[in-house]
Amino acid sequence: MNPQKMFLYGAIVLAGLAGPFIFPNNQVQMTELWLFIVFALTWDLVGGQMGYNSFGNVVFFGIGMYACAVVQIGLVYDVGEYTAAKGGGTAFIFDLAQYIWGFAIGLPVAAMLAALAACVLGSLVLGMRGHYFAICTLGLGIAAGEIAAGWDWIGAGSGMTPAPPPHDIDNVNRLFYYMAFALAVATFATIAWLLRTRFGLAINAIRDDEDKAEAMGMFTTRIKVTAWVIAATFLGAAGGIYGNLKRFIDPLDTAFSGATIGVWMVLMAILGGKGTLWGPVIGAIVFQVTKELFWTYLLGWQRVALGVLIVVIVVFFPEGIVGRVRQMFPERFGPRADAREGAE
Amino acid sequence: MFRVMKFAAAAVIATGAMAGTQAFAADDVITLGAAVSLSGKYSTNGEHTQRGYDLAVQVINERGGVQVGDTTYMLEIKYYDDESTATRGAELAERLIQQDGVNFLLGPYSSGLTKAIAPVTEQHGVPMVEGNGASRSLFTSGYRYLFAVLSTSEQYLASAIDLAAERAADLGKAPNELTVALAFENDPFSQDVRAGVVEDAQRHGMQIVIDDKLPKELNDMATTLTRVRALQPDLLVVSGHARGAATAIRQIQEMRVDVPMLAMTHCDSAKIIKEFGDAAEYTLCASQWAPTLTYQDDLFGSAADYAALFEKTYDYAPPYQAAESSAAVMTFVDAFQRAGTLDRAAVRDALAATDMQTFYGNIRFDETGKNIAKPMVLYQVQNGAYVVVAPSEWAAADPVLPRPGWADR
Amino acid sequence: MPRRGWRRMNNIELLFSSPAIAGGLLIDGILFGSIFALIAYGLALVWGVMNIINVTQGEFVILGGFAAVVMADNGFHPLLAVPVAALVLYVLGRLLYRTIIHRIVDRDLFTSLLATFGISIVLQQLMNIVFGGDPRNADAGLGVWFAFDYSIVLSKVKLLAFVLAIVVGAALVVFLKMSRLGQAIRATAQNARAARVVGIDTNRVYEATFALNAAICGAAGALAATAYTIHPYIGLPYTVRSFMIVIIAGLGNIGGVLAAGLGLGAAEYYAGFILGAEFQIAFVFGLLVVVLLARSWWLGRKRRYLK
Repeated sequence: MNPQKMFLYGAIVLAGLAGPFIFPNNQVQMTELWLFIVFALTWDLVGGQMGYNSFGNVVFFGIGMYACAVVQIGLVYDVGEYTAAKGGGTAFIFDLAQYIWGFAIGLPVAAMLAALAACVLGSLVLGMRGHYFAICTLGLGIAAGEIAAGWDWIGAGSGMTPAPPPHDIDNVNRLFYYMAFALAVATFATIAWLLRTRFGLAINAIRDDEDKAEAMGMFTTRIKVTAWVIAATFLGAAGGIYGNLKRFIDPLDTAFSGATIGVWMVLMAILGGKGTLWGPVIGAIVFQVTKELFWTYLLGWQRVALGVLIVVIVVFFPEGIVGRVRQMFPERFGPRADAREGAE
Repeated sequence: MFRVMKFAAAAVIATGAMAGTQAFAADDVITLGAAVSLSGKYSTNGEHTQRGYDLAVQVINERGGVQVGDTTYMLEIKYYDDESTATRGAELAERLIQQDGVNFLLGPYSSGLTKAIAPVTEQHGVPMVEGNGASRSLFTSGYRYLFAVLSTSEQYLASAIDLAAERAADLGKAPNELTVALAFENDPFSQDVRAGVVEDAQRHGMQIVIDDKLPKELNDMATTLTRVRALQPDLLVVSGHARGAATAIRQIQEMRVDVPMLAMTHCDSAKIIKEFGDAAEYTLCASQWAPTLTYQDDLFGSAADYAALFEKTYDYAPPYQAAESSAAVMTFVDAFQRAGTLDRAAVRDALAATDMQTFYGNIRFDETGKNIAKPMVLYQVQNGAYVVVAPSEWAAADPVLPRPGWADR
Repeated sequence: MPRRGWRRMNNIELLFSSPAIAGGLLIDGILFGSIFALIAYGLALVWGVMNIINVTQGEFVILGGFAAVVMADNGFHPLLAVPVAALVLYVLGRLLYRTIIHRIVDRDLFTSLLATFGISIVLQQLMNIVFGGDPRNADAGLGVWFAFDYSIVLSKVKLLAFVLAIVVGAALVVFLKMSRLGQAIRATAQNARAARVVGIDTNRVYEATFALNAAICGAAGALAATAYTIHPYIGLPYTVRSFMIVIIAGLGNIGGVLAAGLGLGAAEYYAGFILGAEFQIAFVFGLLVVVLLARSWWLGRKRRYLK
């Protein structure tokens, strides 16, 4: 790593750490931004780097969200009773230790369950290619949401309220912010590292020509499932944080929200530049800022604007911001022969 | 095209209202924040909610605003569109409080959205008065800053069940022989109404023979109705916001499903009489409010006066969603005046001590923040009009029970 | 709730307790499926010929429905709206093709999915602004036909939709086989490059195909508005079911689309009856995944892939 890069990463981490103190009023939006970066990065690992366009990654997000909430509650109370009481009530109170332990156990469980789901579903559906994979994952996402909406134990269509934060934490959103920030950094570091290994080369090979990759002796299915599992792990943890951040889990609007978060994660990756490391990050930032501006200034028309934005991005700007910059300044930002120096 | 003109007219009114308020200095304005559903699945009721708020603000400002301490303030509402999703509602509440510096929130439409927003207002200590989140669970969570002017979910159809029990003889049965079919949308509000109905039915010893959750993308309930036809329950209860009401009326007529009693919610917000005419006849509808009630206040006058003003302004009769929204604004105004300051905590305490009558009904909150001074009413559609049939003190007519079969109409 | 499983057993018993229930449900389901079959024809055409998955199908349907509602409001018979809606949507289809769709024809399917998703949000929102969010219905006043003392009741509007589904299907087959444009469409679907080589203006073919699809959706929408209720945000069920039908039936097989449409309608109704309405949609999508997995597994045995 050269000094320039060290400086860049250091500046980003510092800005991330200081963020909530500089803009305390935008803390929640910044928390969301870090999570959006996780969404875009994990989608891009499978969609951009491996060429498997998934519309169903919300499945892992939703599983993580419910898993984390269930663990947080289940450690202290009976989950069925809690959801039957429709969201806590004064009878369900968590003290600080219970709350923190809930997260300490809930988030890893969320990540592991999501990973397990990816492992099972992946070995089933990753045999499909191209469009049919996209369509099948779309179906998975919607079916998962509908099943959650019919399952009484987790509140069914009435939704579920994650464990209410104890009163002795006065700024619980700051806790969520740093969890989201840490997760985003971990996701970025992991994916950046992965892309420099043979595994990164392998998934790129699958994207470029899966049949040839297989002919070269790669266990393509195993590699594909592994990539999806990695994406799902981070997404599951992100879901756990997101559910607590929103404090109310609606099965279709929050957890398995294919038409919003499910599409947004794809859009952010495309907007920034599919198949690049920094693209999804930049895409998430630009998207989040644009979306917030639309809501502020275009009351009632914001969805029209969002729709137009989607069309414009996809139709006129498919190479994304990073892709466009690379085309314009190939000497400075273009792909280099030594880019894979870390690969063994 | 008519809609377009209405939209244009509303836009002109809105611009006018804005221009009016801008004439005053910024510090003489109290800004209330509201995230309402202007788009998405609740857009019908979101619009009713917004119009209820707007009408109250308009009338209050015309009367010279709100006197708080020594200063007179104009009211203004900062709106966002929550797109009928809980996630968005919570984000927007956060934004109203944190970035727009709004100190007082009006509620969104629907229990689900209110559930998502209440933790946010609670955390920031921002009082919220809402008129459209009826779920009972909102008031068992220990929220201190949430106040609801409406009756809670379990009361919605209680009078319909009681009516069935009372009039069981007309259906040729004892109350505990009655069978009930339930079809409720799978969302927080409707499911909470269902919980209330189940309790009431069990209290009377009725048997529940169908218990369906209708999907949120609701445009067809034929499978449920087929079962209704096969099992012939005495009472069919449907709730699923405006779309649920419209779909049920349409398909019950089309499939010629005969039930002795049909009770539902959101009849007036779905405009079932205008839209379906005769098909809507004899339907029992739960309502928070009716224009024929005898409540009054100084601002709007009687309930009938409010209805007339609303109809003049927006060209249709006010559904109760609009009335309760207007009442929410009035509750805030009353609290501001009594508090004599715009301090959040003081206003909160003033709200908790509210005891007033409005055109919409009496408003007095218990310690959990729900209004305990106002009962629900039950309408029946008779000869193309909503007629109050229960509770008996307001009943204008006797309910027609059982519903005449389709073959006899 | 421990009663759930018990209730489902009861539902199965109930279903087969009387032929009127099982039969009535079957007929209702088939009629329900016919509107989706209509929409699926268009999707199959666009997908097969242009390689575009049009997520805007549902919004086209709802727009057609609003055409019927507006006409009914102004004193016309709503069934007159069937041709009118088709015409309006035809024009809209051409317009959309010229502005946006022609740019995504050569791109991958994924792009088309996202781009048409964007268009569908815009259309939903514009309908909400123009027509309002109320659930609407345009009653055609056709009444019902019934038998066995109301144990089987058929809505005549739904029967009409069913007849129309068959007629449009037959007309499409004839059109594609016999007419010049139909032949050009089929040629383009088989090999667009070769079609260009022999002098077919594929751009015109695409435009006609997309507009034809929109027109069919519009007609279906006018029927949907008379048979069901419509609402600016209720397009999704139409989109996803047409989608599902095309996947089951495969592309370029009009008869298969009709059969799949009617079959899915019936299957869905039986599922809704037995499992309860809350699992009806889950069933449809579960079925989608199962169908795809089965096809993938079948092809996998021959070392081929579903793509």
